[in-house]
Amino acid sequence: MEQFLQQIVNGVSLGSIYALIALGYTMVYGIIKLINFAHGDIYMLGAYIGYFCMTYFHLGVIPSLLIAMAICTLLGVIIERIAYKPLRNATRIAVLITAIGVSLFLEYGTMFFVKANVRSYPPLKGILTHSFKLGSIVVTAQQILIVCITIILMAFLQFIVKRTRIGKAMRAVSLDRDAAELMGINVDNTISFTFALGSALAGAAGILVGIYYNSINPLMGILPGLKAFVAAVFGGIGIIPGAMIGGYFIGTVEVMVAGYGNSMFKDAVVFAILILILIVKPSGLLGKETKEKV
Amino acid sequence: MPILTVNKLTKSFGGLTAVSNVSMELNHGELVGLIGPNGAGKTTVFNMLTGIYAPSSGNITLSTGGRSIRLNGKKPYKICKAGIARTFQNIRLFKDLTVLDNVRISMHKNIRYGLLHGMFHSRLHSDEEKKLMDKSIELLSILKLDHKKDELAKNLPYGEQRHLEIVRALATEPSLLLLDEPAAGMNPAETSRLTEVIGWIRKNFDLTILLIEHDMSVVMRICERIYVLDYGIVIAEGSPDEIKTNQRVIKAYLGEDMRNA
Amino acid sequence: MNKLAEIKGIKKWFALLLTYVIVQLLVSLNIINDYIMATITTICINIILAVSLNLITGFTGQFSLGHAGFMSIGAYTCAIIIMRYPSPLSFIIGLFLGAILAALLGFIVGLPTLRLRGDYLAIATLGMAEIIRFVFLNLDITNGAAGLFVGVQYTNWLWLYVFTAGTVILITNFVNSSHGRACISIREDEIAAEAMGINTTKYKVIAFIIGAFCAGIAGALYASYFYFIKPDLFGFLKSIDILVIVVLGGLGSISGSILAAFLLAIISSLLQSFPEIRMVIYSVLLIVIMLFRPQGIMGSKELSLSAFKSLGSIFERKNGGER
Repeated sequence: MEQFLQQIVNGVSLGSIYALIALGYTMVYGIIKLINFAHGDIYMLGAYIGYFCMTYFHLGVIPSLLIAMAICTLLGVIIERIAYKPLRNATRIAVLITAIGVSLFLEYGTMFFVKANVRSYPPLKGILTHSFKLGSIVVTAQQILIVCITIILMAFLQFIVKRTRIGKAMRAVSLDRDAAELMGINVDNTISFTFALGSALAGAAGILVGIYYNSINPLMGILPGLKAFVAAVFGGIGIIPGAMIGGYFIGTVEVMVAGYGNSMFKDAVVFAILILILIVKPSGLLGKETKEKV
Repeated sequence: MPILTVNKLTKSFGGLTAVSNVSMELNHGELVGLIGPNGAGKTTVFNMLTGIYAPSSGNITLSTGGRSIRLNGKKPYKICKAGIARTFQNIRLFKDLTVLDNVRISMHKNIRYGLLHGMFHSRLHSDEEKKLMDKSIELLSILKLDHKKDELAKNLPYGEQRHLEIVRALATEPSLLLLDEPAAGMNPAETSRLTEVIGWIRKNFDLTILLIEHDMSVVMRICERIYVLDYGIVIAEGSPDEIKTNQRVIKAYLGEDMRNA
Repeated sequence: MNKLAEIKGIKKWFALLLTYVIVQLLVSLNIINDYIMATITTICINIILAVSLNLITGFTGQFSLGHAGFMSIGAYTCAIIIMRYPSPLSFIIGLFLGAILAALLGFIVGLPTLRLRGDYLAIATLGMAEIIRFVFLNLDITNGAAGLFVGVQYTNWLWLYVFTAGTVILITNFVNSSHGRACISIREDEIAAEAMGINTTKYKVIAFIIGAFCAGIAGALYASYFYFIKPDLFGFLKSIDILVIVVLGGLGSISGSILAAFLLAIISSLLQSFPEIRMVIYSVLLIVIMLFRPQGIMGSKELSLSAFKSLGSIFERKNGGER
């Protein structure tokens, strides 16, 4: 039982990170129906920016986090404007290939500048090195930090999407782009804003994972990116609460498989879940079936 | 024995009942109209007849060549093979393919060579393809589309696209043809030619035709019998003259269309 | 009319034979060295992969991101067999067994997932390929992440040419047959295709099976040419590589796929000299090509045979002179 609770704690920490990445996937898919393969690499860049802030400028966790989020936001918008916007009316597959191109560019561009080797995050100081024991369950301060920051960011995101004008515009564009445009919504800005939000969250996830696992490399974004995408599909792609649920579910499952079964199979299980959900309910946990009108 | 028997057909989407207890009979060789205001459920009936939607309840039976087949819940391609073909209200041609290919695809179900013959382009393949080609051109020439066989379907003018939809449906060798608003968007000259064509193919292909149409002049001129649908229910059935004077129908249409006719 | 077609056919076979003989001659005379032969092998394997994926994605319109998974089945099957029983016969047996197993998997995966549309199918196939990779990573018989050292080379120009030309000709014939048109109609409008009597599920599965079979062959050729295979060679990135060839050449254009396979091989060998920024340049090229020509080099059109032949001979000369 204790081991189980311990796994839950670890799963929730990992799941927070997946959830943060999955949110960006789901929002971008919801608004322009693009699987943004470059999203995992924004997360990688977030980790590197955090690394540089903390190692070379000796900034604390929170300032580094904010800087990483800000730079990732900017990058997300630039990528959208340069690579995706000109393809708004092209086939979906052309945009997808572009996204893959952007992804490779970010990975190998980063590799060119920082080299391929794995880097370690600087050791944390003060309260963040503590861990707390509840019976035999260990909760580290890092885990608490990760979960708290994730919850704050999610609350903030919910506020933007539900309560602000731009959030309303986002929802409108994702429902019907043409109608939104006719109602005077600036569709291009709304899409850029969506990329900005998603990239900020991915940047935050990057720095959190750096703190948690303590090692980063230029290709670290690929697999978590894919898994976060699985999380988004699991919850129902395009649905924000779905991405959160999916993220926590995938994180927990992965930790459980590693803890109780064979840790080599934890990745396979995630993809098996993906195929299963696609066969049983392709629209995801919270999604609605849509049928083509004839 | 009627060629098509529809018995208490019902379709609901969630809480909404789009079609409720619709019963119809079509006799061999008849040209029957299905009319009703927008949203009355006409296309939904078509979609059930062609297997795109599975009915919530009720029965569809097709009787051709001395055999009766129950069609509800069958997949569209099986229904097509059983002998029902259709056109679409919002044209659904294979846009980026040639006119010829559009027709040849519809004849695929009767093709007599297998995959390997196709991959090795055997003698059987060439013979069959030649037959297919001749027959496609023959069908296309009925609607004077044969000289355009190599054009892409999307490049045809609107009226010809509607004609191609009809040819494509005919190519499946149906015994029952469902036409979903064939005259929509056509000018009066095109419409009157279309009505002639419909009459001609009915005679020459030994077809039974069920027709959805908004243009009352077309319906009243060519249909022998009419079913009127409103809010998913059949509110009237009869000859054009009976329908014209039916109070419920006039009320359903607010009188407008009827007076024009 | 018929005679003309016959003469054309004879010409075609003659040109095919001539290409084989010329390259074989160059190989025997050592004008084509090992490096060039490795490039030719990569091109041939990529052609098989791209043309077969084009059948699935370009012609049938089913978005697949898992083609490398099918390839890996062929590679591992053939590798395991020729490592046990090293002989040319067991290579051919292994190759076909690998292809059949890949096709079988295509069928098993295809049946339930082909109900999915567009992106969802892409994700499912991606997941399938990843699962295959994880399985190979964890099996004893595949030696896990370390991979297999095959150690024997049976793939030679003859087999490469036979299987590459065979794949291209058979798939070209297929898409020009009624069955191929049935596949194309699914891409164009699935609902209309179904209403016109096409069993869309059947033809999607057929496209998947043929595509997977060919990918299995490509994998087997790879395993017995390059000596060494490991699961990571057949990951997500390999599937993407294949898709890039298909999209670059033009969805629904077989000659486009062939052209793009050559083009990318040339680009990649030009970039060999800059290993550090090779991938950066590659990715920028990819983005630029998609921005300025999203429909690919050929769109969905085909090069005519004669034009392609003359182009092919230009490449031949180029390869020969590069020494």
